[in-house]
Amino acid sequence: MKKSLIHRLVQAVIVLIGVVLLIFVMLRIVPGNPIETMMGEHADAATVARMTAEMGLDQPLHIQFFRYISSAFRGDFGTSYSLGKPVSQLIGSAFVNTLILALFAALFAWVAGIGCGILSAVHKNRLPDRLFMGFSILGISLPVFMAAMFLQYIFGFCLHWLPISGTERWTGFILPSIALGWNSAGQVAQMTRTALLETLQEDYIDTARAKGRSPSGVLVHHALRNAMLPVLTMMTIQFSGLLSGAVITETVFSINGVGRLMVQAISGRDIPLLQGTALLATAVVIFGSLLADVLYSVLDPRVRKEG
Amino acid sequence: MNEMTLEVSGLTVCYPTEKGAIFPVKDVSLKVPAGSIVGIVGESGCGKSMTARAVMGLLRSPGKVTAGKVFLCGREITALPEKERRKLRGNEMSMIFQEPMTSLNPVMKVGKQVEEAIRLHTDCSREEAKRRTLELFREVEIPEAETRLSCYPHQLSGGLRQRVMIAMAMVCRPRLLIADEPTTALDVTVEAQILKLLEHLRDAGTSVLMISHNLGVIARVCDEVYVMYAGRVVEQASTERLFEQPLHPYSRGLFRSVRSLREGCETLETIPGVVPNLLRLPQGCSFSLRCPECGEKCEKTMPELLETEPGHAVRCFRAEGGEE
Amino acid sequence: MLKAKRKQVEQAADLRLQSQIGEQERFRDQLRRMARENKTAVVSFFVIVILMLAAILAPLLTPYEENEMDLLHRLQPPSAEHLLGTDEGGRDVLTRLLFGARVSLLIGVAPALLSLILGALLGAAAGYRGGMTDTVIMRIADVTLAFPSMLLAMVIMYSLGGGIFNVFLTLTLVNWANVARIVRSQTLKLRSDEFVEAARVTGVPDRTILRRHILPNCLPTLLVLFTLNIPAAILTESSLSFLGLGIQPPNASWGLMINTGRQYLYNAPWLCFAPGAAIMLIVLSFNFLGNGLLDVLDPRMKKQ
Repeated sequence: MKKSLIHRLVQAVIVLIGVVLLIFVMLRIVPGNPIETMMGEHADAATVARMTAEMGLDQPLHIQFFRYISSAFRGDFGTSYSLGKPVSQLIGSAFVNTLILALFAALFAWVAGIGCGILSAVHKNRLPDRLFMGFSILGISLPVFMAAMFLQYIFGFCLHWLPISGTERWTGFILPSIALGWNSAGQVAQMTRTALLETLQEDYIDTARAKGRSPSGVLVHHALRNAMLPVLTMMTIQFSGLLSGAVITETVFSINGVGRLMVQAISGRDIPLLQGTALLATAVVIFGSLLADVLYSVLDPRVRKEG
Repeated sequence: MNEMTLEVSGLTVCYPTEKGAIFPVKDVSLKVPAGSIVGIVGESGCGKSMTARAVMGLLRSPGKVTAGKVFLCGREITALPEKERRKLRGNEMSMIFQEPMTSLNPVMKVGKQVEEAIRLHTDCSREEAKRRTLELFREVEIPEAETRLSCYPHQLSGGLRQRVMIAMAMVCRPRLLIADEPTTALDVTVEAQILKLLEHLRDAGTSVLMISHNLGVIARVCDEVYVMYAGRVVEQASTERLFEQPLHPYSRGLFRSVRSLREGCETLETIPGVVPNLLRLPQGCSFSLRCPECGEKCEKTMPELLETEPGHAVRCFRAEGGEE
Repeated sequence: MLKAKRKQVEQAADLRLQSQIGEQERFRDQLRRMARENKTAVVSFFVIVILMLAAILAPLLTPYEENEMDLLHRLQPPSAEHLLGTDEGGRDVLTRLLFGARVSLLIGVAPALLSLILGALLGAAAGYRGGMTDTVIMRIADVTLAFPSMLLAMVIMYSLGGGIFNVFLTLTLVNWANVARIVRSQTLKLRSDEFVEAARVTGVPDRTILRRHILPNCLPTLLVLFTLNIPAAILTESSLSFLGLGIQPPNASWGLMINTGRQYLYNAPWLCFAPGAAIMLIVLSFNFLGNGLLDVLDPRMKKQ
């Protein structure tokens, strides 16, 4: 277990470095000098040259890359062109908001998704099943921005129940979290249903019933824990899906999070900021999937003893 | 004198399918006297496992018992509400299954799974349950019982898992143990040990209903045997009698194929054909399509299960004496 | 595409390979079975066909021009004249929706096809060649998959700039790795199959083996992947356009229509909700169809 964990950790770091390289190269194949783009057409050549040298942009690409990596390890991701602050500082304050948003959304997705999935499986092919599965497929097919705008329109504008945007009060997180978690909830519900129905066909379910367990006892003590294993592996998807969705949700609800920072970085053609945010997002996804693996091995004794 | 632990009469199980209802178990009656091991034998798909499940009340939906009665120690149990039946399961009647590999919950320690059964039917404390589990593990001869308690199923061999299953079934000293092909998945030496264990249980007061397609297993431990074919009992006799003088052509076919195997004959004798599709049973005797002695009457009407001698019943016109 | 779905596709494909001998149902029969048993998939198929026809025949279906401004009738609610109302420039929303369908559908289908071809070729090469080729291709695929798809698309769009062609390219680059992974694992299993071994021993060139044996066997799986990649592409495009990073005006895609309509969400909600519903309809249809295909191709489902 320890061995495979270290192996996975090394792998994760390698993938992460690959990601940095990919972002790095992609952002630098953009034609034109970013400093010129930033300062506009009227900047005098001397200033542009001075700033280019200051940022190290006149160096060959691989030197730039190693410089970036080594300072990144020290927690220095450069200075934002457009906002003039250190990238790490900007991301730090935005990350809190994104984290709260993502956690609430994940909470919603898991509670609603697992709940609906269980009810669907228990009432297989009857009305509640059809209803919940209809909802979940809607959830999967509904683009995040539509969910966000729909909620904003109904609960914020028409009913005035909840704030339309901003996070000055904690209630401001409710609508964005639901909008963001909606899609994941649909996926979790479908996955839970399938996994639970499969598990209920297993022989040890018969054993539990033969022991005299009640249907609810069988469900809670024997079926659920086994069924949750594949659902758990979906946590990885949750992370990357939620981060993708956060970009949009934060834009619609004007939340100062990492996703919105990324959109700002793109519109400001701000390479250090874009690099930093993309790196952070990918790191979260990679280590999230690592965490899911660890969790899985804790819950499944068959995996625990191997490796 | 002989008290019946289990008495099944006219049991019928119906499964509605898209192409019409099928009856995997049709009008089955059998008796398990106290302190005996009774076997049900037949090819796969003949309804023996389904009979066992119906007795336990563990039919998978949409299967349903549509007729018949089941008496456990003289008490009718099919009409009991589900809650009452649940109290019987694992308490007065238990069941062990064919696949010890998949019959235990993979994410639960085996000790815990046995404790669970104890605590479901008694009010004892956790420590008490644990102590009882250890006793049971020793009783079913699990070596190093103490360390095995905290093992997960995948860490045990097939034989050990089946012992755990038996321990779990025995927690409340049930009157009846249904063993559904308990040794099929095990190798021969382990099989012998498990069979010996079942005999011990019988001597300790638990009657056993044993389901198997393996005539060797049946011959070794059973006192009475029922032969099933296409959902019905076709022959019933004491083990000795059935092995000496099988009357139904199907039973005879079964024994012939075993004998030809054992004696190493050049050609393996088999029963021609396959178990019929339950949706398309012949009009008369279910076995008529494969029967070497099939007559005109056999194709038209289903024979009754009749006693030819006390303790030996058969469902065949030929065996009734009349050579129609 | 969703990771969970991808896993399901992979499992189904594996099971297909295992049951290849004898009992394998012919692909055509499987499709026929789906048409018979899965009403939702059939309905979805027709919805897709109708939407495609509507997109192609758009000029015939509406009396208005795509970019015909009418400043006197701005932001009008739905009426008999304008079934879905008008936008901030007085343009007919239904008309723009029909013309937008061209872009949105094209952007669903073309990159899905491109990523399918790219992924299949790279995946087959990786699985068949092994060694360095395999390592390089699959490491790149890993890195691509580690990225949240939306963020990857944003970064690529940043470096390429907006516009239809660049959206094609981006969506292809985002989706190929899915396909490559599944095709690679299939190829690995097929390569050790007896008939492929036999062909190699008798000196059939690699390219012929790939073309004759390996790719045809992956075809049904590829069809499922294709069907499920389309809605994924449509969703990514609409999200990009929604953020203003995708399709650029005057081209209209549904995502872009929502982007511009968002400012009028509270006084003219139809500007957002009409294209939103259209996106949902098409994505839903492709998802249902893809699930239907997946079900008939999965041998486990047949037994039940």
